[in-house]
Amino acid sequence: MTTASDTDFVVFDRVQKSYDGETLVVKDLNLGIGRGEFLTMLGPSGSGKTTCLMMLAGFETATHGDILLAGQPINNIPPHKRGIGMVFQNYALFPHMTVAENLAFPLEVRNIGKSDRDAKVQRALDMVQMGEFGGRRPAQLSGGQQQRIALARALVFEPELVLMDEPLGALDKQLREHMQFEITRLAHELGITTVYVTHDQTEALTMSDRVAVFDDGRIQQLAPPDELYEQPQNSFVAQFIGENNTLMGTVKEINDGVALVELDDGELIDAKPVNVSQPGERTLISIRPERVEINKDRLGENAHTIHAEVLEFIYMGDIYRTRLRVAGNDDFVIKTRNAPDQRRLQPGEKIEIGWQPEDCRALEA
Amino acid sequence: MTDLATEAGPAGRSARSGSAEGEETGPVLAADGRPLKQSLRRALRAEKLRALALIAPLLIFILVTFIAPIADMLFRSVENEIVSETLPRTTVALEQWDHTSGEMPGDDVLAAFTYDLVAAAERKQHTRLGTRLNYEMTGISSLFRKTGRRVDDFGEVYLDQFVALTPAWEEPATWMSLMAEPGWSAQYEEWLADRAAAEEADRDFETPQPLFEVKDGVADVLPETADAYGEFARIAQVENDDNPAAEEPWAPVYLALYRDLAQATPDSVATLGADAQALLEPARAAVAGFDTVPLSEMFVDAEEDWADPDVWATIQAFAPDYTAGYFLASVDLQKTPDGVSAQPEDQRIYMLLFKRTLFMSLVIMGSCVLLGYPIAYLLSNLPLRTSNLLLILVLLPFWTSLLVRTSAWKVLLQQQGVINDVLVWIGLVADDGRLVMINNQFGTIVAMTHILLPFMILPLYSVMKTIPPSYVRAAKSLGATNWTAFWRVYFPQSVPGIGAGCILVFILSIGYYITPELVGGTTGTFISNRIAYHISSSLNWGLAAALGTILLAVVLILYWAYDKLVGIDNVSLG
Repeated sequence: MTTASDTDFVVFDRVQKSYDGETLVVKDLNLGIGRGEFLTMLGPSGSGKTTCLMMLAGFETATHGDILLAGQPINNIPPHKRGIGMVFQNYALFPHMTVAENLAFPLEVRNIGKSDRDAKVQRALDMVQMGEFGGRRPAQLSGGQQQRIALARALVFEPELVLMDEPLGALDKQLREHMQFEITRLAHELGITTVYVTHDQTEALTMSDRVAVFDDGRIQQLAPPDELYEQPQNSFVAQFIGENNTLMGTVKEINDGVALVELDDGELIDAKPVNVSQPGERTLISIRPERVEINKDRLGENAHTIHAEVLEFIYMGDIYRTRLRVAGNDDFVIKTRNAPDQRRLQPGEKIEIGWQPEDCRALEA
Repeated sequence: MTDLATEAGPAGRSARSGSAEGEETGPVLAADGRPLKQSLRRALRAEKLRALALIAPLLIFILVTFIAPIADMLFRSVENEIVSETLPRTTVALEQWDHTSGEMPGDDVLAAFTYDLVAAAERKQHTRLGTRLNYEMTGISSLFRKTGRRVDDFGEVYLDQFVALTPAWEEPATWMSLMAEPGWSAQYEEWLADRAAAEEADRDFETPQPLFEVKDGVADVLPETADAYGEFARIAQVENDDNPAAEEPWAPVYLALYRDLAQATPDSVATLGADAQALLEPARAAVAGFDTVPLSEMFVDAEEDWADPDVWATIQAFAPDYTAGYFLASVDLQKTPDGVSAQPEDQRIYMLLFKRTLFMSLVIMGSCVLLGYPIAYLLSNLPLRTSNLLLILVLLPFWTSLLVRTSAWKVLLQQQGVINDVLVWIGLVADDGRLVMINNQFGTIVAMTHILLPFMILPLYSVMKTIPPSYVRAAKSLGATNWTAFWRVYFPQSVPGIGAGCILVFILSIGYYITPELVGGTTGTFISNRIAYHISSSLNWGLAAALGTILLAVVLILYWAYDKLVGIDNVSLG
């Protein structure tokens, strides 16, 4: 599923990493990143995503396997010769230099002439709309401004590959959303390959061409955001990406790509078999809150429904969020649009719910 | 806007008062109507008082036991009251003397000096003064000491002639009736009787004795005699616990009498009453025919150095209560009657010592940076467990006695010491060419670098620990080599630690005493060793205080310069 092709710009080939010689932080990583692609490594902390980024940047060495950049193995190339731009979590702007000096630094160490240097620095500052701030010190800038400068510094020497290690983690929500847009715009405009590490799934979904979900040192799924959200390959991805309701059950039969699942309380419901194949297998079915239907009329005639009891109703403005008890699960959440025809459910109310079989995925338990 | 405000009524008015309407431009008021600033001050005052109360015990302790003694000590660097206190008459008389005349002062000065010196000798203060003046001119000490033994003979020639005139001059009672205030005599008799009674009854007797008073009018006619006899009587009372009425006056009192009578007229003598006139008038008439010996001859006879006008010039130059003499001496200058001049070549020592102290402190500071920086760098980049262990090794010398560490260097560095033995053994150094590594500058620098190293490492370490590794990583990712990343990015951020370490080490070493004393020999000693010498051996506390004050000033100036150049805000101790 993560096999690299020859045309990929960055290739991880059977890469392993261990710090202590006892446990593997990265287990057999195979990953290809295409030229100009925006790839996000998403995962909980300790999943190995940052280690992968550091190996690519050259600050950690792979215990086993090769990392290739434009077809060349880079395992033995020191970081400063890799020509990879990097944006750090805390920006790592040099506090004793002005903004312009920070930006000029990578050009200076590359022995680029003064006039050329100044022009490039100014262009990079303009690119992030910080043209006026060249003379300031990093400490005099706000978090968002520092973030832009860090971005400009990583781009000013025109690297083909830019790595970003949770660059928006320290910003407030609004600024973060703005910067997400800004970063993707720049990445696509400049056509640079970007590897972005985050533990924020919204960030991953909104910015990336493809997302690699990391857990336990492995890539659990590598897919475009929509596919990741709607067709999670396994229960980890299903639960990690977005909000998700899960119910335990047993596969009763599989017909025409639709599995009939008997829930633990004996009720029957339809689901799409993803990695279950045999009747009798235990399964974890997964359904997004917004795909649950409470209006029976919208379901097909033969669709199965199950009983639910309303526990809590939360008004959230654009949507209603309702918590139900379904098949013994007290945390079954549904989201309904705040539309004129939509009813507000009352706690204690008994309703029936159902869904389109393709929206509900039967995963291995 | 105005309409709105009007319609809003009183409530609306007060709500917008000050800001919106702008008619109340006065101070912002607190809820109770007081000015806000005043209320704030009041609220903060209690906190300030509490804070003050918390530090008060320490503050008082330090003020009383530390600051005040130091201030007093430093004050000694300018204080010079000993000359004018011991020689009050001489200092006044010398004011008129011209030190460029090349001759001894005249009889008036010498007479005043005789009275001062005999009084000082009786009080045993003349040697102290001699010691003080000896700092300024070598030899004065013995001059004072030797002359002090003979000065009570000065005037003997007149005593003999007065007694030859009438034996009454030899009688203490004659002098008493001539000089003493009758009221005082009565009081004194009473006091003596009280004391005798107390001794009889074996009681404690604490009442102070009434001090001798000169009879009214005598001082007008016989000014020097009144002065000299008064001094004699009081010293007899206080120093010797004698009854002046039973003591024969010093010979210099006769000198004074001779000098006074030579000036007196029959009329002036007559003002003292019939009894005194009967005694004095014959003497007055006779003094013109007395054999005289010039005072200068008496002094030169006693010690021929008194003929040197420089001795008198020195006394004159140091007569004022405050002097810059100690400070001038501290920078190899001397105060002469002609102004400030350099010390003789062979006596210049302090500038050399100051320069050496500064130079060696700089070298020690530099060595500490060179040795400490890599260690601090290593410590701050190691895992916590390892770095803690190493830090303990760094701190270990702190917990060892300074004396032990210094002595260890003595063992290592001396010519028969461990290092020389090893060098000889491996053949690098011939046995008769053993290296001299101690009792010189080298030894001091080595030992002090070792002792002060932790003071460099600790601030460096605490600063380096706060430099996130991401800076160097960022620099490398931007294309910097290891060296460039260190020099351009890491090093500038460690400068505050270097600054703090340098200030600490430099200031500590500039005033260091024990180590240079033990391993410095003659070429490796600091100014502090000289200060200690003056405090404890030569007892020239004034000079020690002046040297100390200069040292303190140098440190403060350097601190100020450092603040201007680097900025003290940039100094971080962690």
